Amino acid sequence: MTMRSEALTMTKDGRLSAMKARFFGPTARQKLLAFASLVLLLIFFSFASPVFMQIDNILGILQSTAVNGVLAIACTFVIITGGIDLSVGTLMTFCAVMAGVFLTYWELPMWIGVVAAIATGALSGVVSGTLIAKMKIPPFIATLGMMMLLKGLSLVVSGTRPIYFNNTENFPMISQDSLIGLALPNLPIPNAVLILFALAALASVVLNRTALGRYTFALGSNEEAVRLSGVNVDRWKIAIYGLGGSICGVAGLLIASRLNSAQPALGQGYELEAIAAVVIGGTSLSGGAGTILGTIIGAFIMSVLTNGLRILSVAQEWQTVVTGVIIILAVYADILRRRKV
Amino acid sequence: MLNRRQFSAAVGVCAILVMSGAARADDIYIPLISKGFQHQFWQAVKAGAEQAAKEGNAKISFEGPETEAMVDKQIDMLSADLAKHPNAIGFAALDSKAAIPLLKKAQAEHIPVIAFDSGVDSDIPLTTCTTDNLAAAGLAADKMAEMIGDAGEVAVIVHDQTSRTGIDRRDGFLNEMKAKHPNVKIVSVQYGAGDHLKSAEIAKAMIQANPNLKGIFGANEGSAEGAAIGVKESGKKLVLIGYDSGKEQKEAIISGAMAGAITQNPVGIGKCVVESALKALKGEKLPKVIDTGFYWYDKSNITDPKVAAVLYD
Repeated sequence: MTMRSEALTMTKDGRLSAMKARFFGPTARQKLLAFASLVLLLIFFSFASPVFMQIDNILGILQSTAVNGVLAIACTFVIITGGIDLSVGTLMTFCAVMAGVFLTYWELPMWIGVVAAIATGALSGVVSGTLIAKMKIPPFIATLGMMMLLKGLSLVVSGTRPIYFNNTENFPMISQDSLIGLALPNLPIPNAVLILFALAALASVVLNRTALGRYTFALGSNEEAVRLSGVNVDRWKIAIYGLGGSICGVAGLLIASRLNSAQPALGQGYELEAIAAVVIGGTSLSGGAGTILGTIIGAFIMSVLTNGLRILSVAQEWQTVVTGVIIILAVYADILRRRKV
Repeated sequence: MLNRRQFSAAVGVCAILVMSGAARADDIYIPLISKGFQHQFWQAVKAGAEQAAKEGNAKISFEGPETEAMVDKQIDMLSADLAKHPNAIGFAALDSKAAIPLLKKAQAEHIPVIAFDSGVDSDIPLTTCTTDNLAAAGLAADKMAEMIGDAGEVAVIVHDQTSRTGIDRRDGFLNEMKAKHPNVKIVSVQYGAGDHLKSAEIAKAMIQANPNLKGIFGANEGSAEGAAIGVKESGKKLVLIGYDSGKEQKEAIISGAMAGAITQNPVGIGKCVVESALKALKGEKLPKVIDTGFYWYDKSNITDPKVAAVLYD
């Protein structure tokens, strides 16, 4: 007990320097770099094509960022602990399928479907966390196993067919409708984007202002030191994976609402895009450093790039090449920054 | 901020973009959003579309998601293409219902939509350029029955159980057997995601489990070529019938490892999409469905110019 409070006081003392680090430290520099790249991309594409900056296209970019952005937030927590979660994509799908089971098969009210999707995510995250913390299975393997398991379960539960949300009239509202559009009819930003930003703000608070957030960083910096100072490392780890899982539940709702269906075969490959967004945003794969804002910028870099190349009608093979180059550059920039420190 | 090395890298990326060329505004522009782009089948559709575009002085682009599961990525593609205000759009929906809001938008902006391959389940497309998969798989069943003496055990390897083509080819084959060849027994139907390796493993397991197996039908390029590998590894001799084309499949047919296959007419599908779009832009009426045809090919007619024209590597 005393040891724990000591650890907490130490963090408090360190808050001033932490503030400094936030604005001038290496993470901030990487964030600036990511932000500058995003601005450069935006400028480049708006000069290259007159349609890029049109409101319809901007709305399209925002909409297409929502799901990857939310998944990337889930990954950010886990990656800061020095772990990895490969199951986020298929977990998202499984949560969507469970929402379908509750809403379409059992015809329950919409809020129950929403709760069910998030609870499914949290539960699955807790399972992953337990595999990693208690059974000592390396995160890569544990979540790889979960990725396949959940992919299979989605197909089993849905009977390999998409589940349509035709009985739940308001379901498309979650993602497709626009609350902002009611006030500003010319700017119908889809709700999915509001949910992304609200979730990002919330996640940022959790990461920077709560014990859970502090332990997320601490586990990634030096897990052994945290353990030696008397903290129940296993419990916090399970909680962090559980949090990541519940965020995947939100992603599941967003994609299901957008497609007005739970597509059971979808999801694999989405984890790598989410991890790419996290890494571009300056979160270190070796753990201990990272920000939600960086991740969101990373997610936007990915979607702006994809959309912009599409608008320019760049051949699809080349689009993939360019995206790969950007990811490598982002990680290289991270390494350069580290060398300087 | 950006140091010199990072800056030069950024310039390099921009250079790639510029070299690969932006869309010119003056031509008629028709983007095609397909269900994939890596498979040879889609490349053949693209080639057909490009051919027709050249003849009609139009410009096309061709895109599709990496896997046929990525419904949301396909919607993003459709959204980006609509933002370019094209003259017409070609679309092969992975999930019709998910695409309806955007198709309605296209309709509101008077952009003609031409569906292709598995089509779009809606009134919005002016026409659909497609293969009658049920009838084509039925022909495969007839050929299979003929080659095994109209009796015995047969197995089917399908690419997936959710897509329209997967369902139609499976059902077309099974129904034809049931209706016309009652002595042929289907002992197993399995799904290999169109993946060569998975389909090969499935074929081997089927042969292991059913020693009297006389034939296997592979319902797409990957399933059929995978089945050929599996049969070869097991060392057994049985009648293998494929679907679609592709270098390996063609070689297997020439070497006799595969008895024959059904081919669609992907080049014709691509041509049909662009030609229909151009007709729609001129205000011509189009039929609801345009059957682009299918052919049976085997060792005897693989070099026949009529057949060779619709085969692709």
